[in-house]
Amino acid sequence: MLEIKDVTKVFNPGTVNEKLALDHFSLTLEDGDFVTVIGGNGAGKSTMMNAISGVWAVDSGEIIIDGINVTKLPEHKRAKFLGRVFQDPMTGTAATMGIEENLALAKRRGRRRFLGSGITKKEREEYRELLKILDLGLENRLTSKVGLLSGGQRQALTLLMATLQKPKLLLLDEHTAALDPKTAAKVLETTEYIVNKDHLTTLMITHNMKDAITHGNRLIMMLDGRIILDIRGEEKKNLTVEDLLHKFEAVSGEEFANDKAILG
Amino acid sequence: MNVLNLLNAMPGAFAQGLIWGITAIGIYITYRILDVADLTVDGSICTGAAACIMMMLSGHNVYVSMLVATLAGMLTGLVTGLFHTFMGIPAILAGILTQLGLYSVNLKILGKANQAIGVEKYNLLVALRYIRNVPFYKNTIFVVAVCILLLVVILYWFFGTELGCSLRATGCNDRMSRAQGINTDFAKVLGLMISNGLVGLSGALLAQYQGFADVNMGRGAIVIGLAAVIIGEAVFGRIFHNFGFKLIGVALGSILYYIVFQTVVWMGLDPDLLKLLTALVVATFLAIPYWKGKYFTRANVKKGDHLNA
Repeated sequence: MLEIKDVTKVFNPGTVNEKLALDHFSLTLEDGDFVTVIGGNGAGKSTMMNAISGVWAVDSGEIIIDGINVTKLPEHKRAKFLGRVFQDPMTGTAATMGIEENLALAKRRGRRRFLGSGITKKEREEYRELLKILDLGLENRLTSKVGLLSGGQRQALTLLMATLQKPKLLLLDEHTAALDPKTAAKVLETTEYIVNKDHLTTLMITHNMKDAITHGNRLIMMLDGRIILDIRGEEKKNLTVEDLLHKFEAVSGEEFANDKAILG
Repeated sequence: MNVLNLLNAMPGAFAQGLIWGITAIGIYITYRILDVADLTVDGSICTGAAACIMMMLSGHNVYVSMLVATLAGMLTGLVTGLFHTFMGIPAILAGILTQLGLYSVNLKILGKANQAIGVEKYNLLVALRYIRNVPFYKNTIFVVAVCILLLVVILYWFFGTELGCSLRATGCNDRMSRAQGINTDFAKVLGLMISNGLVGLSGALLAQYQGFADVNMGRGAIVIGLAAVIIGEAVFGRIFHNFGFKLIGVALGSILYYIVFQTVVWMGLDPDLLKLLTALVVATFLAIPYWKGKYFTRANVKKGDHLNA
């Protein structure tokens, strides 16, 4: 479903701030994989997602989604294949537009937009039904401006928008990191539900090792723009946080220095 | 200070305010919807005026001339849009560059700094003379009001379409828009074209109304338009929530601006100082939301409430 082949990205080349963010990075996802991604700050997790989404061009390597080489496609054209949820709840929705209008924008992802109606009556009913899944009472507030919603509500809505048109690949970039623990758990539960229901191929970055272990069928850990651990199948099922920490120390030769990841 | 003089000036203020109202609606589209301060306006209003006058002087019908003026305005928006998106120049600077370039272009269109058009010889749609003692359907105030209503209906429809929604989304959150497959560069260029098309049309009406096109007529147009947007929102913002009514509110704001303008002139203010006054008024109004946020907000937390994310 997704093939990242030997991708390299250097930020600020030739300056004192030069940073090798992805170092000959390769990753292949099978159809239906749910992969969780962990790693410290600056490990290249978000860079990998931005490379897939086409936020900027990569320096070398290829990115192939469902057999289509998208390496040279601009961000808005790749959107056809991708559902994305960001860390900042403000990023995923248009605050000055209504809940239904946001959903209608997402419904038209990957389609030509011309002078057809921005939202139809039939769609409204469809959205009302869909919003019930979230169990946040949003189905009765279709015309409310998204700016009035809480962070958790916005993330849940973004999740719905990302999957309204079934994406080839769902990209979740620490989408619960900015939420309080209770809301985060709820959003994660919804994520699991939607991913299972639509059988979505998913990449989820998280800073929470426990979440990374509980969810998905495969776990990768990144360091300095490379994958240093890749655990799947039975091994992943029996994994504990302690195992993960030991493995990390063995592979990298240093201690995992992120309290939030261990305790969270 | 004769009150009758002031009252006599009012229909003129109404007409002028309405014509500028079209410019203000154009500015609303860039400033409020696209979230870009587009300084092209100072040049494109004159481009529209020049194109319309020269077309009419060379014998074209007033409607064809106004259509050409609108298209000329859209072209200026295209230039600014390409400067901004294709060439990566910050929006404000892109507008300033187009505006500067347009000074030469406008001079070339006009052939000299000023071209007059006589209401006796040409069949104008609006004119200073068409304010009193003409049948109502020829009255400039009526004609421009109908024109604005038509434009508002078209814009209301457009911003409800898929394309219009993608424009609004781009102005609100361009990262999200790209993630949803919207070509934000295209949306920005299109928005700038629509906005400047309206400004060009407004320029065409203004030139007919005052009977000439002048290469300096656009100076400060963006500020006057912004003043109209801000006054319109301040006065009618609480009543008008619907998008169409908001646009009408902006046009009404423009009328209010010209009423105030006429009143201060009537009170004996040196007309040379009017641009300074406008700039100060707009600066103050732009500062109000900032000051409100900085000095007058207290988190509205009641006892027992929690500030959840």
